[in-house]
This record gives sequence, structure tokens and C-alpha cells, in this order.
Amino acid sequence: MYKNFLPNKFISLKNNFTNILVVLLFIIATTGLIYSLLISPPDHIQGDSVRIMYVHVPSSFIALGCFAFLGFISILNLIFKIKIMPLLGKSAAPIGCVFSLISIVTGSLWGKPTWGTWWVWDARLTSMAILFLFYIAYIYSWKFISSFENANRTSSFIAIIGLFNLPIIKFSVDWWNTLHQPSSITLTSAPTIHHTMLIPLVIMFFAMLIYSLLIFLMRYRTELIKIKLIKKNYE
Amino acid sequence: MLTKKVKSRIMFLILGFLLISIIIIVILKSLEKNVVYFLSPSEIYNEANISFNKKIRVGGLVKINSITRSGEMVNFIITDLKNEIIVSYVGIVPNLFAEGKGVVTEGKLKDKKYFVAEKILAKHDENYMPPEVKEALEEANN
Repeated sequence: MYKNFLPNKFISLKNNFTNILVVLLFIIATTGLIYSLLISPPDHIQGDSVRIMYVHVPSSFIALGCFAFLGFISILNLIFKIKIMPLLGKSAAPIGCVFSLISIVTGSLWGKPTWGTWWVWDARLTSMAILFLFYIAYIYSWKFISSFENANRTSSFIAIIGLFNLPIIKFSVDWWNTLHQPSSITLTSAPTIHHTMLIPLVIMFFAMLIYSLLIFLMRYRTELIKIKLIKKNYE
Repeated sequence: MLTKKVKSRIMFLILGFLLISIIIIVILKSLEKNVVYFLSPSEIYNEANISFNKKIRVGGLVKINSITRSGEMVNFIITDLKNEIIVSYVGIVPNLFAEGKGVVTEGKLKDKKYFVAEKILAKHDENYMPPEVKEALEEANN
């Protein structure tokens, strides 16, 4: 698996895999959207505004998961100095950044009809905004630091420090009083979402996951080609 | 297998991790009062020096059969099942504001049992289900 990501191997890989992903994405996203918008029932209190959940929750998951990946990559990068790690990180960061923004915006749209406010500074919302800022800091450290070595080190440190924010986001609703409700899906107990609503949620999660993977592979290929071009210019 | 350089980098990162964790825990502990979004009626009851001039937020459940309306004015009781606070509010309440549901109010305390709210936010729980299931559950309970 790992070997497929080494530059020469990856570039020579046929586009078949990406094509399969595109078809899969189309099928899963269509089913997910039909299920979540038409088939699934409205909530007993919130009515139809609960359907925002099918975008909001998967986006948040991916935003968090993507940053965990970024942190992991950065640790390996700092310790072992593996050449492809910064490229993997650079390819993943914008995806997580966009999904954290989607999570914040849809959460805000959901908050107005349910809570009665667009935004509050409670622990969950604030820590999520901080996650978004960490993504921005990571991406901009690559953009504005011209020396590759410096940019690599700075961005890795940003990602590693940002890792500490992840448990704070996850457990903020349990540790402190927040306006945001506690998690419905936990590892330790049965989900508190009725299965007619849980199924579209899971489908939408996989749709967004495959979309992220697709964009990630495309960006990674671009990064590799960029490196090759730079090398060629030197020769 | 690991070279000396790699080992020293691992040590550096582990120490860094410990240091940052301690710093973050200390910061969050000292800021706890600010991180908490609202206080429960019990926390207000137990708090010795509470300010009556500063805006605070109180949250809990709206007590069943406690909402009374007269014109624009809404009175209700917030409870955390141990202590209660009477809240009065003038204005429009959010759609999800209802008896037995969560609520967060922002305003000023008149005394430890009476709160004048300027803003009301509905807090909903983590249970999602279709209306039919809710009815079935309620029937089963009765």
C-alpha cells in the first residue's frame, strides 16, 4: 500500500483507480442525497431542519480525521525526514480546510432555526473555529515561506501543535457546559440516532470520504509532477 | 536500527508533547470559568460571590408546567433537577423552546432565585428520531 505512494510508482499508476472512485462517488452520493433528502423522516422536534445533519456531521468527521492524518504525517516527517511526507500533507490540508469551513457554515445555518442564534462562543464552536485557523496556518506556511526546509519544519510544527486541539474538540461537549449537544455517535454506547436517520448519515459520510480521497489523489499527483518539473529544470 | 539522530528527534518530540499537554491543561484549567458557556442553577446556588451587575448565562431544563405567558412576557422556571431559578423574558422565543427541553438564557441575576433574561437560546439533545417513533415510545411508557 505504502509503496504505491512512492513518486515513480504513483505517477505510473493507471488512471483506472481514480475512474473507479469517480463512478463509486457518483453512485454513493446520489443514493445518499436521495435517502437523506427524500426517504429519511423529519425529526420529532426539529422537523426538516435535521437534514442539515447529513452534511454537517460527515464534514466535521472528515475535517477532524484529515487533521489527525496531517499531524501523523508531520510527526513521521520530523522524525524520519521521509521525502514524500510533506507532499502528502500539502495534498491533504486544503481538503480538511474546506470541510471544516463547510462544517462551520452548515452548523451556523442549523443553529439559527434550532438554537435561535447563528453563532455562540461555546467550547465546541470555538475549538472548531480554531481547527479551521490551524488549517489556514498550515497552508499559508507553505505559501509564504520560500525556503522548502523552513516551510517544511514550520508547517509540521503547526500540524503537531494543532493535534492537541482534536481531543478538545471531541470532548468539549462532555467536559464543559456547551450549547452544542453531546455526541450522538460514540464508540462506547449505541447511537442515539434512529436507524432511519443513521443510514443516510453513514452513506453521506462515505460519499464525502471517497470525494476527499479522490481530490487527495489528484492533488498528490499534481505535487509529484511539480517536483519532477522543478528537477528537470535544474538538469 | 534507529540512528542516534532519529532517537534524539523522537525524544525531542516526546518531551515537546508532554510540555505542550501540561501547558494546555494549565491554561484550560485556569480559564475554566470562561470556557463554560453557561451555569446551572445549582452552580449559581453554590457560588458565594456572584455578580448581579454582570451579564451571565444560565442553562438547564425548562420545568414542566412552568411556562406562563402574558402578552410579550414569558415566565418560566429553569431546573437542573436539584435547584431552580425563575426566569422572566420579554420577546420572541426560539421554535424549539418548550417545557421539558433544554434552554440557555443570557441576562442578569436579580437574586439567586430570580433571573431577568435578555436572550433565550434553545438547547436540543443528541436524540434524533422520526415523530412516529417518538409517539410509539410515549405510548409504550404510558
